[in-house]
Amino acid sequence: MAEYLILIYGNETAMEAAGQPLWDELMAGHNAFGHKHEHAIRGGNALQPKSTATTVRHDGDRVSVTDGPFAETKETLGGYYLVEAKDLDEAINIAKDVPAPNGCVEVRPVMVFD
Amino acid sequence: MLAATVRVTRDLDLAEECAQDAFARALITWPRSGVPANPGAWLTTVSRRRALDLLRRERVLRTKLPLLVDDATAPGADVTLDTDGEISDDRLRLICTCCHPALSRDAQVALTLRLVCGLTTTEVARAYLVSEPTMAARITRAKKKIQAARIPYRVPAAEELPARIEAVLDVVHLLFTTGHTAPAGADLVRRDLVERSVDLARLLHALLPDDAGVAGLLALILLTDARRATRIDAEGRLILLEHQDRALWDQERIAEGVALARAALQARPPRRFALQAAIAAVHAEAARWEDTDWREIVALYDLLLQVWPSPVVALNRAVAVGMADGPAAGLAAVEALSDEPQLAGYGYAAAARADFLRRLGQDDAARTAYEEALLLTENEVERAFLQSRLEEVNNR
Repeated sequence: MAEYLILIYGNETAMEAAGQPLWDELMAGHNAFGHKHEHAIRGGNALQPKSTATTVRHDGDRVSVTDGPFAETKETLGGYYLVEAKDLDEAINIAKDVPAPNGCVEVRPVMVFD
Repeated sequence: MLAATVRVTRDLDLAEECAQDAFARALITWPRSGVPANPGAWLTTVSRRRALDLLRRERVLRTKLPLLVDDATAPGADVTLDTDGEISDDRLRLICTCCHPALSRDAQVALTLRLVCGLTTTEVARAYLVSEPTMAARITRAKKKIQAARIPYRVPAAEELPARIEAVLDVVHLLFTTGHTAPAGADLVRRDLVERSVDLARLLHALLPDDAGVAGLLALILLTDARRATRIDAEGRLILLEHQDRALWDQERIAEGVALARAALQARPPRRFALQAAIAAVHAEAARWEDTDWREIVALYDLLLQVWPSPVVALNRAVAVGMADGPAAGLAAVEALSDEPQLAGYGYAAAARADFLRRLGQDDAARTAYEEALLLTENEVERAFLQSRLEEVNNR
């Protein structure tokens, strides 16, 4: 078995515009996902919007702290799941069930150190 | 042989090493004891035994090697010589792994040529006109992803198989079209790529005889390639379908292609490659250019657009309309597509417009269209043809 991080990207502006009904639907979707894949899920969280992000950057021996995410993109990281799967196909099948109405999810294998 | 070995090693690099070891052993053993009755089976057995030895000795099974096989098919000490069925499954597994949708299309093609067709990295690099280090890096990166992300080495589940086979067919079709009309360079055709695509399509058809998409693709390749001897003249100039010497078309390939296309068309809804093969079959079965049933071809393109709505298909349909109903109708059909962004930089769109304008005697507009087509075409044989048409318009 291996672990995969499923990163959930979405369009925050579109989410806000859609308002409460979409939010409720999304929460219901995540609950359903949680039940269906209970045995595979090792962790996961939703994140506060990108306006709350702070970037800490190393630049030579200086460290700068700035407001905002490190890259301004239309789709931003909104949450993640850590799941266990036997291979990429199984991980992809789990990822297909993650609600991501205005975006996509990225599946990344977790590095294993021997 | 490689496919059977990967199933033991679960690791492509190790499997390649074992396969090479087996060939080395053959070089030593065969001159002494004679070539075995079934050299392929001999090599496969030696290669797999070598793999099992390595696995046992180094106990790498659980620690170092990535899991390319699901546990149900995990190897044990009791692995014996493959039956034919197992060998087929192994090859299908290998193809499905090489063409996994999680790999980029470039990587899919490179891995398929390297591991399924057995080309060297140098040959794959030459086939794709990139440098050897670039190709080596591309293949290494793909193999690393297969390992790190654990892309499984298995035939996909029944419900996933059609989509996955579709991806495999796309790779084989891309190989064929790249070979049939090389995107750039001095030669119109790259035989090596065409032959590889024929081999792969035949292999897939042998593995999945009931798949209409596979049969359709094999038919399309055979029917299109049947014209190969007549596509350029002795001086290397392009000969259009209209002027090709049909007596020189490969009748054996045509007969095989037509039979396959006919069988593939029975599937409902009709598959994309089966329809494309049917169009090629209409051309192949017309004894002379004048006998071509253009209405049938337009009707087939209409069906094709339903299952595969692509601007390039729409362009081909527009050309067929011009053949069925005259250049004015053809020009109107081509111009109706002028807003398609995908066709904006497509040389064949400009060339089709130029041809209809030339036949309508609208020389100024034709000249501009030929010049545009020349800007967008990099194959030298095709460029020479467009250049000669441009001169023809200029001289009248």
